[in-house]
Amino acid sequence: MYRYDEFDSRFVRERVREFRAQVERRLDGSLTEDEFKPLRLQNGLYLQLHAYMLRIAIPYGTLSSRQLRQLALIADRYDRGYGHFTTRQNLQFNWPKLKDVPDILDLLADVEMHAIQTSGNCIRNVTADHFAGVAADEVEDPRPTAELIRQWSSLHPEFSFLPRKFKIAVTGAEHDRAAIKAHDIGLRILRRPGTGEIGYEVIVGGGLGRTPMIGKVVREFLPRADLLSFLEAIMRVYNLEGRRDNKFKARVKILVHEIGAEEFRRRVEQEFAALDGPSVNADPEEVKRIAAYFAPPPYEELPERSVKLSIAKAAHRDFARFVETNVFAHRVPGYAAVTISLKPIGGVPGDATSEQMRIIAELAERYSFGEIRVTYMQNLVLPHVRNDELFALWEALDAAELATANASLVTDIISCPGLDYCSLATARSIPIAQSLSRRFADGARQREIGPLGIKISGCINACGHHHIGNIGILGLEKNGAEYYQLTLGGDATENAALGERLGPGLAAEEVPDAVEKIVNVYLQERSVGEEFIATYRRLGIAPFRQAFEKGVEGDQHAAH
Amino acid sequence: MAAPKKPPLPVILMANDLIDGEVVFRTATGWSSEPREALIAGNAQAADALEAEGIAEMSRNKVVDAYLVDVVLGENGPQPRHFRERLRTLGPSIRPDLGKQAQSVIEPRGVPHVSL
Ligand code: HEM
Ligand code: SF4
Repeated sequence: MYRYDEFDSRFVRERVREFRAQVERRLDGSLTEDEFKPLRLQNGLYLQLHAYMLRIAIPYGTLSSRQLRQLALIADRYDRGYGHFTTRQNLQFNWPKLKDVPDILDLLADVEMHAIQTSGNCIRNVTADHFAGVAADEVEDPRPTAELIRQWSSLHPEFSFLPRKFKIAVTGAEHDRAAIKAHDIGLRILRRPGTGEIGYEVIVGGGLGRTPMIGKVVREFLPRADLLSFLEAIMRVYNLEGRRDNKFKARVKILVHEIGAEEFRRRVEQEFAALDGPSVNADPEEVKRIAAYFAPPPYEELPERSVKLSIAKAAHRDFARFVETNVFAHRVPGYAAVTISLKPIGGVPGDATSEQMRIIAELAERYSFGEIRVTYMQNLVLPHVRNDELFALWEALDAAELATANASLVTDIISCPGLDYCSLATARSIPIAQSLSRRFADGARQREIGPLGIKISGCINACGHHHIGNIGILGLEKNGAEYYQLTLGGDATENAALGERLGPGLAAEEVPDAVEKIVNVYLQERSVGEEFIATYRRLGIAPFRQAFEKGVEGDQHAAH
Repeated sequence: MAAPKKPPLPVILMANDLIDGEVVFRTATGWSSEPREALIAGNAQAADALEAEGIAEMSRNKVVDAYLVDVVLGENGPQPRHFRERLRTLGPSIRPDLGKQAQSVIEPRGVPHVSL
């Protein structure tokens, strides 16, 4: 894992000290809220519906046991004993007191963490595939690239006052698990056909929010060495030409859309050609130094197949099911990556208690080289578990009620905090997730349905990724009541697509029946082995809409 | 700039405490974390006075984000008409153990409950 060098540590400590002084000045009245607000936001501190909220960056979703334990300690000492993992691989605490935040930030600095650039119009926490360094379909671990970008973008003087927030995601794999096409910049590490040289496909102008867009390829192949100067060229074009007159039109996606991908590309290439590459690009020695931090852990040489695993699977049905859904093939023989679902039936998606954090930290130490990953699906992953030890791990997880076998299934629901916490929300989202989770609680039925992503946001800002959910749910308000709009066919992967509106909005209690009808159409119409999204693509929205409309005007309880 | 629209009467004044962020209500004498203790303004003049007090308290750095909220009057005191503000008088609907609703003095009430 990346370790802070002396410069990093000093920088983070000084930043905490500075913020401590700013908080003191706020509390003694020397700073007004208007003066203080941008300062607190730069340190990840928001004001929400019920209290302040602190957003902590987990760069590229990689955590150590030590860090996770520290988060648990903060949750107990300064919050209400839990935290919320978000779609941006951040952790949010919902109840910190302003006066305590400097102490919290010091505790974070103790374990090389911070909350810088988790808010504001800067380059935010860089996210990456949660199976980085693990996935068999990977060309290269995306984290060194993400770390390089983090260092380059941290307090970059030219890019700390952008027209709007800016989000970058990186994957090194064929299959996109980082939703790179829904980011301002998405990077995919690939090998150049023919030469085998490693470089990047660069995608710009994706984003969700009120004007959702899928990113456009701006460069098919960028040599590795040119990464920072090319990013700098993109940022310059955006910084100069991105709109500042209207906050809703200020994201780079709007610029790309307004001038067209071709023209945007031309301007970036022009800027890139004019830049002094060598003065911007990272020193190859530095790139090597960073990459060394992500060297694989000391794996043992193990046989591909584990007899112990086969026996345990045969003896324990629940375990076998867990392996089927939550265990991911590792590129190293004899190992596996394990998804710890933070979506128990009826639970709050992404929430983990301090007790669970400590248990997971402990299990990571025992079984996964002390490493944990945070996924944009709001789950955790133990990335390097020996096949031989999967059963022991599962038993421990099961005892802690952390063994829900639903990764990527219909109850693995993404949900933003919505109106239960968020001051921008127009409706609640978590209760919808809970009611759907309960409706589809039956494990056999979930497995029969197969991979199906439901994603819920509590307002058009789309923090819950509803546009790219196979089934998307958006909470809105009409005449003083919450209501929900469904979209179908969204896709967060390399086949990224935005969902299409199904029909009129629904009251909260109508949502489970409507989703059930959609699922039933799929089950009826699918061909053998066809996943929901494939059936949707083949059939289009019509049959789903038909079933939905029947429900809306007719018997609301037909499906039950 | 046009003046922001005034909420219908009666109103109370809600804000967040500066130091701990907790939702607080303006009373006759200061701020309380109890909605039932909120001072109720039933006419335009009283509402204006309450609003002015909110602005003054913000500039005294006691609270942040103070604004008027329209309420209905019930036996348990004033209750915001809008579900967003009602949630703020209670806490997260999914965690009855947290927020004001956990402090047992008040019963969770009136928030459209999602029973599914
Ligand atoms: C304090 C609460 C939050 C606030 C104030 C907030 C604010 C916003 C806003 C204003 C947007 C729209 C940006 C635009 O369209 O330009 C947005 C988008 C987004 N936020 Fe949040 N958000 C919050 C919580 C979260 C949480 C909890 C998550 C993760 C679960 C999250 C992840 C995202 C993502 C993924 C997007 C969409 C991608 C994009 O286009 O930027 N946010 N957020
Ligand atoms: S989508 Fe809306 S309600 Fe949900 S977290 Fe984002 S801003 Fe809040």
